[in-house]
Amino acid sequence: MVAQNVFFGVIAAVMIVAAVRVVTVKNVIHAALWLVVVLGGAAAQYILLAAEFVASTQVLVYVGAIMVLFLFGAMLTRSKLGRETQLDNPLGARVAGALVALALAGLLGWVLIDAFSDEELPEDAAIVTTQQVSDAIFGTYLLPFWALSFVLTAAIIGAIVLARRD
Amino acid sequence: MLVNQFLLLGAILFCIGVYGVLARRNAVMVLMSIELILNSVNLNLLAFALRNGGDPLGHAFALYIIAIAAAEVGIGLAIVLLIYRNRKSIALDELSAMRG
Repeated sequence: MVAQNVFFGVIAAVMIVAAVRVVTVKNVIHAALWLVVVLGGAAAQYILLAAEFVASTQVLVYVGAIMVLFLFGAMLTRSKLGRETQLDNPLGARVAGALVALALAGLLGWVLIDAFSDEELPEDAAIVTTQQVSDAIFGTYLLPFWALSFVLTAAIIGAIVLARRD
Repeated sequence: MLVNQFLLLGAILFCIGVYGVLARRNAVMVLMSIELILNSVNLNLLAFALRNGGDPLGHAFALYIIAIAAAEVGIGLAIVLLIYRNRKSIALDELSAMRG
């Protein structure tokens, strides 16, 4: 238990620092690379939560595919590869955004501490196997899976139609 | 491990993502902040799946959210690309053509 808590603390600290860098850094490519750190840390947290399949999917889809899309997006829109001063809103909007985020953090933190003050995760919880996950997706929750297939098909066709040059 | 340590980490990432959506001017950066928000939701789903004694439903919906995020980034970047082609800029505050 102690080892898991230590790993949680280290990974969580890295994730929070990297997430702050994602929203403050002045370089699109650097922001994308900091986002990789956050997503990889999230995959590690999923393993701590005993979700290996979701963790490996996270690495494959997010770190593999979505990151490449972001780098493509940064290059195709000719973002400057060095520092850029046009990345942020003016100071007033940033202060307002920080106030909104802080208020939201206070509210969420208060609600969570009020509801789950020191509830422990069960140590003897049943391991969720990949077989159970696939049974849930292709059995009980087949309808959302179909809806998701339509969404993905529509997104692919829509992206092709939008990005075609003619 | 406490339930709350994962939920609070998710809440902090969510708030950082909200700040990013509000403070960034570049459309690609706003999409990255939305990814942070979707990840924090996944963290919550998996924490509750473990809390409820290993529920595969939480894992299934975490996978759905990953797929939705992929679709969202694909279509979002296509739209950003189209805006860039038409206006030579992806600064969101210059997109005021539909202002009343």
